Amino acid sequence: MANVIEMRNIDKIYGTTYQTQVLFDVNLDFEESSFNSIIGQSGSGKSTLLNIVGTLDKPTNGVVKINGISTVDMNKNQLAELRSETLGFIFQFHYLLPEFTALENVLMPIRIKKQKITKEVMDRALELMELVGLTHVKDNLATNMSGGQQQRVAIARALMSEPKIILADEPTGNLDSDTTEQVYDLLRKINKRFKTTFIIITHDRRIAEKADRIIEIKDGKVHLDIKK
Amino acid sequence: MLSLRIAFRFLRSSLGQTILIVVGISVGVSVQVFIGSLIGGLQQDLVNTTIGNSSQITITSEDDTIYIENYETLRNNLINDVEGLETVSYSLDSPGTLIDGTVTEPVLIRGMDFELSDGIYEIKDKVIDGRLPTSDNEIMLGANLFESLGLSIGDSVLVSVPLIGNTTVDVVGVYDFKVASLNNLWVFTTLPSMQGILNEDDIVSSIEMQVDDVFLAEDISKEVILVINDSTLSVSNWIELNEDLLSGLQAQGSSSLLIQVAVTVSVVLGIASVLAITVIQKSRQIGILKAMGIKDKDASLIFLAQGFILGIFGAIGGISLGLLLSFGFSTFALDSAGEPVITLLIDPQFIAISALVAIFSASFASIIPARKSSKLSVMEVIKNG
Repeated sequence: MANVIEMRNIDKIYGTTYQTQVLFDVNLDFEESSFNSIIGQSGSGKSTLLNIVGTLDKPTNGVVKINGISTVDMNKNQLAELRSETLGFIFQFHYLLPEFTALENVLMPIRIKKQKITKEVMDRALELMELVGLTHVKDNLATNMSGGQQQRVAIARALMSEPKIILADEPTGNLDSDTTEQVYDLLRKINKRFKTTFIIITHDRRIAEKADRIIEIKDGKVHLDIKK
Repeated sequence: MLSLRIAFRFLRSSLGQTILIVVGISVGVSVQVFIGSLIGGLQQDLVNTTIGNSSQITITSEDDTIYIENYETLRNNLINDVEGLETVSYSLDSPGTLIDGTVTEPVLIRGMDFELSDGIYEIKDKVIDGRLPTSDNEIMLGANLFESLGLSIGDSVLVSVPLIGNTTVDVVGVYDFKVASLNNLWVFTTLPSMQGILNEDDIVSSIEMQVDDVFLAEDISKEVILVINDSTLSVSNWIELNEDLLSGLQAQGSSSLLIQVAVTVSVVLGIASVLAITVIQKSRQIGILKAMGIKDKDASLIFLAQGFILGIFGAIGGISLGLLLSFGFSTFALDSAGEPVITLLIDPQFIAISALVAIFSASFASIIPARKSSKLSVMEVIKNG
């Protein structure tokens, strides 16, 4: 399988006067349609790594290539476009827009791309709502849903623009174990069905073990890299 | 449009705050509309009472003893060739004395075509007893003079013009200009009658004009000079004769402008500070949108759109409130005669400008928050999530 993400010699240093190095010479590749998990203790640098892959943060040194194209020299607009076309995010705190309904949140990536909400688009949104099992609450405002429901809306939203890569930072961090299980099954299902590449940060070893590959980050370095 | 849609939702989701800003803008705009109309009304009132019933541009002969002969042609030329003239009339005036038995009063005898002069003096409305003079040797006196002489309609008196002599005339009417000095001084008669009293041919002593915009009198009078093109005639206008009045009117105008600028500035500051807070309130949402790939430009547009929407609602509310205030003022602030203390000048153009200023300044006020949102980085939001 071809690599969809390549990271070469990534360093990340925060601060200018008091410098803290968070990542040390990280080299990682991620294959297309793979299901990867990243584990590590708090402060190990795993979130920083994910944010750098997602172009939300810039590495101090090194190169990130997405689909073979380096993101280092892209300007803010190009990065915004790349995020909108290729990347989907799922955060721990679900981050829905509370002013919009569940369905409107799911449609938001399409509106950001300034595309029309055609019947096909709407059907797809409804299909995704059904996939995450939320058809019955699609017109609820985000604030009127449970945490698990909101997280599932966030997943549907991440899938809406058919991204090649979905980055998830502890997507189940604040969910109970049953819901956690459901969400992972859902992500796995999506991975199989849409061939989407997943990189998921998790604390939960049980969940990590369900992935195709487990990467452990320790003190800013790749400590373990196990492929099944 | 995405930004507009999001802006609307943001405003709707914090409805209380939105209403507060709109009310703030509305109060500002309403003060602007009300004060503007009030000062406009005051100004018009002052113009009307001081120069409203007098000649604003006057052509006289350079030499007092020479009269104007071709006055009909001049009048036609002025009407056809000079823009901004509201009315043009003429008058034959002479100082003289009114003699009733042993009493003598100095007067200014004015011979006029009342149909034309009505445009300036509204003389028909000012007749309080009797009628206007219509034939030779008929005069109309001011109320004060009429009373002090103890005359009645139909009485005969003498008018005496220096170097020419006395003429017996009949008092046929009484006018009231509500200005004692005029009521004591001016004696009206018809133009032919006056020409007879002076033993003159078909002549007048002055051509009098009113203009559409009193503040342009000086420019229009320059054009009048070009059109009449006669060095034996001199042209004067109210501005050069009443510089104090002009500066008074101008001071009023600029004080009105100052109030409006102050109100606009306070509205702008108010909106800017509230919107700056909403950027912080909504930074999480802006962060999510940026993570999803919204461009900085569109993120900024959300706040500009908010300013614009607030401006529109504020303008609508402000104008309604301002008109309501004005209406209330005209209805309830009455003088002893039951007339409004000041007739407000409701100028649609001024109101439209106030609305545009409100919308523009609200949009302008949102530039700072818009820039702020454009600078907001996703990382900050996620870290502080």
